[in-house]
Order: sequence, then C-alpha cells, then structure tokens
Amino acid sequence: MYRETQIIKHAQKASSNGGNLEEAGDLVINVGPQHPSTHGVLHLVITLHGETIKNVEPHLGYIHRSIEKMCESLSYRQFIYVTSRMDYLSSHINNHGCAMCVEKGLQVEIPPRAKVIRVLMDELTRLASHQLWWGAMAMDVGALTPFFHAFREREMINDIMEETCGARLTMNYMVPGGVMYDIHPNFQKRVKEFIEEFKKKIDEYDELVTGNIIFQNRMKGVGYLTKEDAISYGCTGPTARGSGVSCDIRKLYPYEVYDQVQFNEIIETDGDCFARYLVRMQEMRQSLSMVEQLIDNIPEGDFQAKTKAVLKLPKGEFYSKIETARGEFGVYIVSEGGTTPYRIKFRSPGFSNLSALNHMAKGYKIGDLVAIMGTLDLVIPDIDR
Amino acid sequence: MFSLESITNSIQTWLNNTFNPTIALLFECVIVGVLVISLFAVLGLVLVLMERKVSAYMQIRLGPNRVGPGGSLQTVADTLKLVVKEGLTPDGADKFLFNLAPFLVIIISMLVLAPIPFAKNFQILDINIGVLYVSAVSSVSVIGILMAGWASNNKYSLLGAMRSGAQIVSYELSAGLAVLSIVVLTGSLQLSDIIASQQNGWWIFKGHIPVIISFVIFIIAVTAETNRAPFDLAEAESELTAGFHTEYSGMKFALFFLAEYVNIFIVCSIGAILFLGGWMPLHIGNWNGFNHVMDYIPSSVWFIGKVFFLIFVIMWFRWTFPRLRIDQLLNLEWKYLLPISMLNLLLTTLITIMGWHF
Amino acid sequence: MFLKDYISDVFNATKSLLKGMRRTGYYFTHHKEIITQQYPEVKQALPERFRGEVVMPHDENNEHACTGCTACELACPNATIKIITKFDVTPDGKKKKALDTFVYHLELCTMCNLCVQACPTDAIKMAQTFEHSVYDRSRLTKKLNEPGSKIRAGVE
Repeated sequence: MYRETQIIKHAQKASSNGGNLEEAGDLVINVGPQHPSTHGVLHLVITLHGETIKNVEPHLGYIHRSIEKMCESLSYRQFIYVTSRMDYLSSHINNHGCAMCVEKGLQVEIPPRAKVIRVLMDELTRLASHQLWWGAMAMDVGALTPFFHAFREREMINDIMEETCGARLTMNYMVPGGVMYDIHPNFQKRVKEFIEEFKKKIDEYDELVTGNIIFQNRMKGVGYLTKEDAISYGCTGPTARGSGVSCDIRKLYPYEVYDQVQFNEIIETDGDCFARYLVRMQEMRQSLSMVEQLIDNIPEGDFQAKTKAVLKLPKGEFYSKIETARGEFGVYIVSEGGTTPYRIKFRSPGFSNLSALNHMAKGYKIGDLVAIMGTLDLVIPDIDR
Repeated sequence: MFSLESITNSIQTWLNNTFNPTIALLFECVIVGVLVISLFAVLGLVLVLMERKVSAYMQIRLGPNRVGPGGSLQTVADTLKLVVKEGLTPDGADKFLFNLAPFLVIIISMLVLAPIPFAKNFQILDINIGVLYVSAVSSVSVIGILMAGWASNNKYSLLGAMRSGAQIVSYELSAGLAVLSIVVLTGSLQLSDIIASQQNGWWIFKGHIPVIISFVIFIIAVTAETNRAPFDLAEAESELTAGFHTEYSGMKFALFFLAEYVNIFIVCSIGAILFLGGWMPLHIGNWNGFNHVMDYIPSSVWFIGKVFFLIFVIMWFRWTFPRLRIDQLLNLEWKYLLPISMLNLLLTTLITIMGWHF
Repeated sequence: MFLKDYISDVFNATKSLLKGMRRTGYYFTHHKEIITQQYPEVKQALPERFRGEVVMPHDENNEHACTGCTACELACPNATIKIITKFDVTPDGKKKKALDTFVYHLELCTMCNLCVQACPTDAIKMAQTFEHSVYDRSRLTKKLNEPGSKIRAGVE
C-alpha cells in the first residue's frame, strides 16, 4: 500500500514538473555497463530517492553485434551457429528454433530419433541454464556458495554435451534436417548417472537457499508483476508464468515430441520474485522427469533427414517459435528464394522481459532491483543481439 | 609450563634494573607498539588465508594452493602485490579525508586491542572499565567508514557509508545490551575480573538460557558491526560494487581490508572473554583428572583457540547466508534483537539477584 | 496469540538458517566432495568429438586426402579457411587441380564443425587441443598441409 501511494505521489509530482522525474535530492546512479550484478554489459540508469528506486532506465547496445544483419549474408546452414552466441546459456534451444524454421521452409520431416535427441538436448540445456541461474540468483542476493554448487551439476551436463556435441557452450549441434551426429555411445549411461545425482542435489538446493528465511524475505513481496502487466509487456517464460500467465510453447504449441511426454506447465500466481524463483525450481524437476522419460525411449533410425547440400528456401515468410530457458524465442525468416535469407528477425525473450524491469522495480530498494534482475534471468547478448 | 607471564615479567624486571623508570616505560611502549603492529600483520595474513580456505572447502574447491606449501604464502604474495600497486586518489575526492580514512579505521582497531588479555596476566593495559572502553572505541570506526564514503566523491561509496552508519549505530545497542548481561552477572567492567569470575565455569555454561540468548545476540550484532555477510550491506558487492571502499586501491584498500579482519578478531576475542572464559581452561565440575589435563594447555592457546572458533562461526555465516536488505536489517535489530535483549537483560538481572546461576 | 506467532517466527527462522549451515558444514568437513582439478598438472582427456581446432591428418608417407575442392571454404561462415590451389600435371599429361596451401585462420574460427561436415574426402578433422594462446597474432594463421605433402593416391 505504501508503495502504491509513493508511486502515485511520484507520478503526480512528475506531471506537475513537466514530466521530469528528477528533483532535488535525487541520486542518479549508473549501474553498469561494468557492474557485478548486471551479468554482462547492461547499463541501467537508476534514479534513487534515498535507497528507494524512482526510475530505472536500461541502456542497451553495449554488446550489439548485429546478428540479424550478419545472418542475411550467411547460408541457411551457416546462420545457425551465430544464434548460439545470442542466448549463450540456451544455445541448443536457439539452434533448435532456427533449424525448425528452416525445416518449415524446406518442408522436411525430421526422423523420430532426431526429434527425441533434440528434445533431450533442449531439456538438458534448460537444466544447465536454470542451474546457472540459480547460482547467479543466490549470488545476486549475497550468498556466494550456491554458485559453486550449481556449477558442479552444470559441469556434468557440460561434460555430456562435450562428449556428444563436441562443445560445452556453443554446440552448433542442430542442423536443418536433424542433428549433426548421432549421440555418443556413453550418452544414455551418463545422463542416467546425472539424473540420479541431480535428484539428490536439487533437494540440497532447496535446503541451502529456498528454505532460507533471509532469502525468502528478500524474495517475497518484491517485484510484483500482475498478469495483465506481464501480458502487456510481452513477458514470456518463467517470468510470465510466475505471474499466472500460461505461455509455455511446449504445452500450447507442441513441437517435436513434447506432445508425447508427460510434464506440467508450472504456473505460480503470486507474481513476485519468489513466484518466479519457484517456477524455475519446479521447471528443473519437470525437465528432469522429461529427460527421464525419454532417455530410454530413443527410437532407432536416422539422426538426420536427407537434405540437399545447398539449401534454398522457397519465396515466402516463415516463423517458428520455441520455448527457451528464458521464454519464447521466435525466428522469422523472409526468403526471396535464394540461398541466404532476405531478412531475419529474432524475437528474443530477454528483451521483452527486461522491458518490464522499470515497472517491477519502481518503489523498491536497490537491493530489490538486484533480486528482480536476478529473477528475470537476463542474458545480455540475448537482449542486444 | 609455558607461560607468557614469566616472559613479560622478566623483561620488565630487566628494563627497570637497567634503566631509570621513564626510559623503561618508553622501551615498554616501543615493544608493545612493535608487538601490536606485528600482531596486525600476522592476523591479516592468517585470517585472510583462513577465510579463503574456509570458503573454498564450503564451496567444494581447494582454495589457494600454489604459493608456498598448501597456499600458506598466498596472502604474503597478495600483500606484496597491493604494496606495489598505485594508490589512486580520484579527481573530485576530498584528498585529505580520503587519505585519512583508512588510517583512522586501522588506528581505531589498534586502540581496541589495549585491554584484551591474550593469556593469563598478559594484556597491554588492564583498565577498570575495559568493557566500556571497548564498546566506546569500537563504535568510532564508523566515522572512518563514513569519511571514506563521503570523501570518495562516488555515489556507491556514499550509499555504502550511509548504510554502514545506520547499521553500526543500531547494532551497537543490542551488542551493548548483550555485553551488559555479563557485566550484571560479574559485577565488574574490568576484563580480568570477568575472566576471573569464570574460574569455576564459563558464563555460557553456568548462566542458564539468558546468557546463551545474549551470546547468540552478541554474535549476530558483532557480525553486523564488522560489516560481515549476511550484514555486509556497506560493501554489498552485487548492489554497490564495493561500497565505501570502491575508490580505494593499493595499500589504502589493504588497510581497510586488514581492519575488517582485525575487527573480527577483536569482537571474537571480546565474545570469547565474556562468554567463553577468555584464557580460562575448560573445567568440568569435580573431574579433577580432566581439569588437571586442561590446565596443562597454555592459557594463550586456550584464548586463541576460542577466538578462532568464533571467527570460524562468523565465516561460516558469511559463506552460507544471503544478504539482508537494508530495511530488513534494521527491522531485525529494532523489532527482534533489541526487545529480546532488553527482556533478556531483565531476566539476567533477576537471575543475578536471586543467585540462580552456578 | 501474537506472542506465539512471534516466537514461532523466530524459531522457524533459526531452523532454516541452521539447515543451510548444516549443508555448508557438511561440505567443509567432507573434502572428498571437492571437484576442482589441478589444471596444468592433471589434464583431463578430452572426448574424441571435442572441437579444438581444424587439422589435416597426414599419413606416414606425408600424404593427405585434400583435393582442394573448396567445399570447406564455402561452408565456413567466417572465412576462416582459404584454399590456394595449383595445377599438377598427372603422369598421363593431364592438368589436374590440386591443393597448394590450406590456410586456416584460427583467430577467426568458431569451431562450428561445418567444414568437417562439408568435406567429401574426410581430409580435415577437429583436434582435441585447446591451449591456443600465443604471443604473436600472426602465429594463429596456420598452413595445414605439411610441406612437401601430396594427395593420397586414390582420393578423388
């Protein structure tokens, strides 16, 4: 209630002041581009009144590499690797989305084995991404130890990825028509080992952080985002699901084999930081159960459909969307019929999620801003592209 | 039996026999000064290494292990690096205050060392108001922090310093009340008296639940007072980069760093003296054999052991808990710790009056 | 009632904190859980699919399998590979395109594996090296075919 009155008062003042939010006694602070809590080169200009935040203005562009423009000069096989560099924590899923869009244009049906491998890799990537988020989230609110504990399990996933895909972070494993190679012979064994291990460790996560009273106090009642606001800001992924918006692409528009596996869309209705935290924690368990269901049921067959050496998309527009660890990732390709796209547009989840930051952080303290940014799970290259 | 008391006594007798009393006193002052400064250096080296090792093991890694055997010389190497680093002063800074602040902070922590008994009859100055002196002088260190934050001409520093000011001033209260309950039980402000009163058992064992509560409150309050996580709001890394010492570099930064660790040592030794019997060995009732064995361990070892145990507990807090928010921090103090410690003080007084303690 | 809530609040809070401390305390005392590897002393074997850098394997007769078809050069998204061809004269007097220099710019390479996939004769592969740092940037530009090497007989 206090916060609302503060915001209203503030808005009234600003309107009487010709829209100028700053007034005497306000402190304007540049958080970033180099700051421990921005997880990259995000620049926030925050206006403070004491410790209370009056306005947050994100300044983007510090890591803009014009990936969309670059893609226009790359062939349909080549441009996929660039998308690993956008949301580097869920690079597999980005690659997958691009490959799906190209396949849509080519009208290629990929073999069932490739579908299952893709879903397995996606879910493992989501787990790895959420683990890193969990560690970074705890670090944002001041607990440094969970970061290392999260990296221990993430390392197991990275090792699995390394063995099968050949790289740890930017895999480039998805190609139009399937996956680049077949899974490694050790893959199933190691994934099962990981499942066993992680089931124990996720309870440790809860013990160390979720139940902690200080952590709960930092999270609960902070950074409210209502359902309407989440929709109007275009938030997707766990950020929106924490506000009660049902937006899981895997459930709503199932791709690959998501309609054949059992999983729940996690929705929390509180809309505060703790709700978003819980969504991600429970998503980890869901992903784990999905991997468990699929790991023994990888069908035999080809891992790649036969495609031409030089891919040419027919003239037209193609869009495909996919659920990354952060939300909806859309790929929009305009083709003129050549070997390279005429125009490519990526709808990255981080950008829309970040746009809600000012709305969420207004009226709270600086410490809360860090917590809110942590629950948004920002990856800056994903925002800037 | 090894004892520091005999060494100091023989030195004093020799000095007094050789020189006239004034010069002997001067010599003693020099010796004490050298000892304090070398204690600082040793503490800095040991505690930083200890913290890095403790954090490493909690974070399932090895910690420093390259410089010297088991990484034992890592802090020496770090200090060397800090000494040769350029000490920058920002352009808009208040140069005098900016350069004064780290020295102020370190001098204050040096002053607090004066009444602390490190072993049996081994303390610099046995003031009859030792507890009062410690709590009065240690609260001055906030001025150094405020000075650093203000003079840096940096908004992060300023915010950190302001937070630190609010925090230290509030937590002084419950720390003081917690200390007061021991003073009530002992009836003396002199640290040597307080230790002597624990001859037959430490206060934490013979003072019933109120003393345990005040011990817990004391530990929480001093963690906040020394700006340690989970109360490290003054230098909250993810919020204010480094808080009040954002602009400091080189040796001036090292002095802040050193003062932090020395302050931890000081508050932990106060805690050990008040609640855990200082250098007093562990005695259990009538177990004469056991008590005899405990007596054989030198008093200095007892003291250092207790202090390092408390330091370990504080480090354990730091590497487990998230940081509080500034309003939660003040809520904790004013809504929980202060009422509890006031009530606790009343209970302790009751116990003392009725003579219920052992 | 208020007092009861207050006390249970304090109790639950303390309990949750002690739980966390038990967890870190466990790791503090159980050193076998440590996962750090001492890197320069202990080097983990990398899986055979690990993508470290592009190499061109040569057999014992100093022969490689590259025909100089430039498929890899076309597949590369970053212009990492530059193939310089020459014309060899075959024994029966015909002119034949052959590899002269396989230039590989390691500094541009993103290890995407597209060149290896594109190669029709499996002449190049990814090596499991990762310590690529050098003092001089020019040393990152490599010539992959060994001096004096020639194409293996039978590779078309």
